[in-house]
Amino acid sequence: MALYPKAQFLLMGDRGLLLEFGDEINHEVNEKVRRMALAIQREAIRGIIESVPTYRSLLTIYNPLILSLEDLKRILQKIEEGIGQTPFPEPKLIRIPVAYGGAYGPDLEFVAQYNQISSEEVIRLHCSKPYFIYMIGFMPGYPYMGELPDALVTPRLKTPRLSVPQGSVAIAQKQTGIYSVESPGGWQIIGRTPIRIFYPEREPPALLQMGDLVQFYPISEKEFREWHSK
Amino acid sequence: MQQRIGAFEVLEPGILTTVQDLGRYGFSQFGVPPSGALDHFSFRVANLLVKNGEGEASLETTVMGLKLRALGELVIAITGGDLSPTLNGEPLEMWRIHLLVEGDVLAFKKVRSGCRAYLAVAGGLAVPEIMGSRSTYLSGKFGGLEGRPLKKGDLLHRIDHPSPLDRLGQRFPDDWIPRFEKEVTLRVIPGPQNRHFTERGFKTFSSSIYQVTPQSDRIGIRLEGPGIERRPDVEESIISEGLLSGAIQVPGNGRPIIILNELVTGGYTKIATVITADLIKVAQLKPGDQVRFEPISIEEAHSLLREQERRIDDFKNLLQSL
Repeated sequence: MALYPKAQFLLMGDRGLLLEFGDEINHEVNEKVRRMALAIQREAIRGIIESVPTYRSLLTIYNPLILSLEDLKRILQKIEEGIGQTPFPEPKLIRIPVAYGGAYGPDLEFVAQYNQISSEEVIRLHCSKPYFIYMIGFMPGYPYMGELPDALVTPRLKTPRLSVPQGSVAIAQKQTGIYSVESPGGWQIIGRTPIRIFYPEREPPALLQMGDLVQFYPISEKEFREWHSK
Repeated sequence: MQQRIGAFEVLEPGILTTVQDLGRYGFSQFGVPPSGALDHFSFRVANLLVKNGEGEASLETTVMGLKLRALGELVIAITGGDLSPTLNGEPLEMWRIHLLVEGDVLAFKKVRSGCRAYLAVAGGLAVPEIMGSRSTYLSGKFGGLEGRPLKKGDLLHRIDHPSPLDRLGQRFPDDWIPRFEKEVTLRVIPGPQNRHFTERGFKTFSSSIYQVTPQSDRIGIRLEGPGIERRPDVEESIISEGLLSGAIQVPGNGRPIIILNELVTGGYTKIATVITADLIKVAQLKPGDQVRFEPISIEEAHSLLREQERRIDDFKNLLQSL
């Protein structure tokens, strides 16, 4: 039973209500999270401050002085019942260029050795299919994407790096992601994209959104360096 | 377009001083956390004192060291933790309005209570609004003043606004001022993952004294103390989910971390969540302070929040009646 018949409600303090839609990471559960988040946004309910959509749950942050917990639960249950009918956007496919290996991808060799394949094979496999964006989190614009081909599954670093450059393309377990801003991080870095994926001043601020698809393609170090002068 | 006018030159930035407002909401789907003043109550009072809207951009300064020079006539108020503010070397009373003139030097010498002080200036600080907020988001490197803490030599501007000289002498009532102690009890609501811990583990959590470590910042308050026992049949991490300030994560080592305003998602189990009314106490914790957790019901939590909010309403009414 991956998708629950009905969302389970869990309290996160006195102003957070967590709605869990399933007990594992899959498309069906994640789609329900997105449908629910969209429906709540459309309803613009007074007293709901924010909802945080993630892999399999939605955290609703509310103002209990405006909206009681009982009313909130009732409203959310009603939205959930009508959720099948809501229009739903088609996923966008975004192509992302990546310079693999070398200074841009210091862990490419390790990932190859760990999986007993060549680094060329790592690159080919990483670019072999589009990845689904399950959620944006951890840092602004950071996409959690899956699933990697089995031959690329690699654990996180034992000791996280204190600083990972912006644009780094990384993998951890069955997931792949892009460091949208420079930050500490423990994923295996296999390459870097010259594309910026987060712009605080733009609307929307993130290039990639939950539910979209990302297709990586390889570029050379030279192309990376000349990307912004084109 | 609002006119900007010079407010302060930063002579010393102190340990950590940032521009904040009441936070950035509605962008969590892009991975953007709220940021904002950690002690909302003190922050709002500072703004109300100088006749601002309660959410105007103001300074949050931590522990000690901030030194500013006034670039003109300024009406200010300082609230929050007592960091021994001085004006031209003389002690300056907190929780009341003051008039500064050009060249006046404001300094925060050392911490007497709490951890964070708020400095509001009439008109509000003039920094660009990003995603609807002027708050600094340090790890995202945007908002506030260029997405970073203040540094020596920075010039801070305010929104030009006639000085509310009619307010001079106005105080926040003494017996309404929150006291920030070195030993605090934080009321919590268990969950969302309290069932991931053994009964003994939860008892350890709710009966032990935890000490605030120096590895605490605007992301979280890290605590040292008895390890909290987890059920052997559940994993240490969970599928990443949304977070809000007050959530108490327990990572593999069993030591709790109280999450503040700069994280939007996380994959550690949360044994409990601090009630909203007690977040002002969390905001004022500093290394060495001692914390105890007391589980209460959600009804009690809401009534405590209502009480705190009533204080702000009472103060607004008091100001209006003048």
